Amino acid sequence: MTSSTVTAEARPNRFLVARRSGVGPYLFILALTVVMYFVLGPKQFVNALTIGAIYALVALGYTMVYGIIELINFAHGDVFMVGSFVSLFVLTNILGATGPAPDLATIVYQLVVTFALTMSVVGVLGVTIERFAYRPLRNAPRLAPLITAIGISFILQNVVQLIYGPSPINTPQVIPPSARVDIAGVSIGWINIFIIVTAISLMFGLQLFVSRTKVGRAMRSTASDREAASLMGVDINRTIAITFLIGSALAGAAGVVQGLYFGNITSALGFQSGLKAFTAAVLGGIGNITGAAIGGFMIGFVEVTAANFGFFVWAQAAVFMILIVTLVFRPSGLFGQQLGERA
Amino acid sequence: MSAASSPAATSPRGVRSRIGAFSDRHRSTSVFFGVGLAAMALPLIVLLPPFNSFSGQGVWMDGFTIAGIFILLALGLNIVVGMSGLLDLGYAAFFAIGAYTYALAASPFTGIEISFWPMLLIGAVMAAVFGIMLGAPTLRLRGDYLAIVTLGFGEIVPITILNLSRYTEGPNGIGGITAPSIGDFRFPTTGNPWPYYLVMLGLIIVSMMLIYRLQDSRLGRSWMAVREDELAAAANGINTVTTKLLAFALGASTAGLAGVFLAAKLQTVTPNLFRFDVSFTVLAMVVLGGMGNIWGVAVGAFIIFMIQSVLLKQLNIFFDNVDVPILSDIDFLQYQFLLYGIALVGMMLLRPEGLFPSQRRKRELHTEEDADFGEHGDPMGASPE
Repeated sequence: MTSSTVTAEARPNRFLVARRSGVGPYLFILALTVVMYFVLGPKQFVNALTIGAIYALVALGYTMVYGIIELINFAHGDVFMVGSFVSLFVLTNILGATGPAPDLATIVYQLVVTFALTMSVVGVLGVTIERFAYRPLRNAPRLAPLITAIGISFILQNVVQLIYGPSPINTPQVIPPSARVDIAGVSIGWINIFIIVTAISLMFGLQLFVSRTKVGRAMRSTASDREAASLMGVDINRTIAITFLIGSALAGAAGVVQGLYFGNITSALGFQSGLKAFTAAVLGGIGNITGAAIGGFMIGFVEVTAANFGFFVWAQAAVFMILIVTLVFRPSGLFGQQLGERA
Repeated sequence: MSAASSPAATSPRGVRSRIGAFSDRHRSTSVFFGVGLAAMALPLIVLLPPFNSFSGQGVWMDGFTIAGIFILLALGLNIVVGMSGLLDLGYAAFFAIGAYTYALAASPFTGIEISFWPMLLIGAVMAAVFGIMLGAPTLRLRGDYLAIVTLGFGEIVPITILNLSRYTEGPNGIGGITAPSIGDFRFPTTGNPWPYYLVMLGLIIVSMMLIYRLQDSRLGRSWMAVREDELAAAANGINTVTTKLLAFALGASTAGLAGVFLAAKLQTVTPNLFRFDVSFTVLAMVVLGGMGNIWGVAVGAFIIFMIQSVLLKQLNIFFDNVDVPILSDIDFLQYQFLLYGIALVGMMLLRPEGLFPSQRRKRELHTEEDADFGEHGDPMGASPE
């Protein structure tokens, strides 16, 4: 009791709302983007933005869950992986897609159905996980939900392996990778444009939802002080469930996009991408939407830069170094709340 | 197996309580006799049916020796996770560091030849140094960050070993590692399993004694205080960062020790031996055995290792023979991690204190049931005595 009051005062939780961090971080990011453009060249730059968009979508889920119940949801990366497999199932088994769709109407139809189904299934999966694995342990010592999260991550990964096997599986690339458009003399794939636009609109939608709607306000108040929020009539359980629903649905969207862009998926995806997306969330300042989004794009840049200069095997190591360096020098991330020492 | 009598020492009546009271008073003696008796009984038990039908005594004892490595790992991780409440998900990295330290110090690859015995210590120290390097920046932060950072570290170390082939032979690993020797007697790699078995027995006994002593020391009590409420511990004058760092370093050094032994036992090390599944296996051992309880963790590690290396294989063979259509198609080894996952979740939900709980941990984990609003899960009501 006492300790929760103390910490709540010491750390005003600005969940999902950027701290007034000044223009510094924004200038830094602008400069970084410009530098990256010239370092990577336009083609790889767009590639980095696309990969970054996927990480950003996954990072949002980490950040939202952390913001609201201060749990690192280890299973989130695997929820994303499940999303990619659900989209594979929807595309091949329900819609019968095998490769690039023949015309625009089919593309739109297939994408809408895939996104809608995948996001709902994965969202419900997230809520279920919360209900059965995290909610009973909400008042237990911190270690307990972390360990169930790891257990859930194992279960998801192995169930998918049980069904689809451990080796990578090809997914239908509904938007043909060859469809390109010239923008200012640079040839850009429609798939890249589609992914970046989708991701950014989802992020804006989320930002609006959280800052403007009643449920969003309930989420923010739950994040900043759960007891007070419940005294003010906020249904805590429902609010947390909605947070998981949205976070997981976004991971589901990222899963769809992953299959569309890379054309293959594997059950190990959750582990690899999960770590990177988590780094993105920390880099941006965990608990903060804008931060997670920008962190995702930055991780995309790091990875593509490493690959571009022939250090692909070291990309993972580079991301991990960034995680450590961020934690040492700016544990609150670029936009985040203060996270000093606490139990 | 026969060691299981000691965790039961917590029950109140009869012979058990007497054994319990005795082992509380004479920890080192009871460790010595408990582990010693178990270790003497095991080679005899496997001569009896049904065990003798699976494989010969030598094979069994090799298995027990490897199980011993996992017991060491679980004991070390227990310091970090069970006693201090820090989640370390990259524990295999320190295991790898220990193993490669010995591999580089005693193999034709480098041409250096240092004896096994000092290397046990050096490997442990190397792992501890890495532990401190990793822990120093991250232990100031909240516990969950440590989990992620160690997870990353656990990934990076095998990747680094894999890609620095100039120094580590990359994916092929380092072979021809020198076997330990006492005087002129060089440990046989095949045939006689006793030398390795006895050395492992010695390592386990010494580590368990040391860890018991640590647990009862000022440091051990600080670990517990930090685990139960870091804020309160800090308010009582405990330097939480140093305390956590020491836990982390000591846990790492135990893994380093186990790593040196592994390298000497297998006489070859490859990066694949140290993937994250080792970290998770050891974590499952600690959680299932009972976080914080030294005996429980050791027994848990032994049982899980035996289930994984013997029972699942036997199940495969058994169902292959009986020809049940679905069951004979299932490769039980493949689902080991699915089982771990289910076990971890089930354990946390139903019996968070593990199969063989430590008393304190049990009290701590069950007080929340009557606390109505412990928001951050700080078990405020859990400071007993």
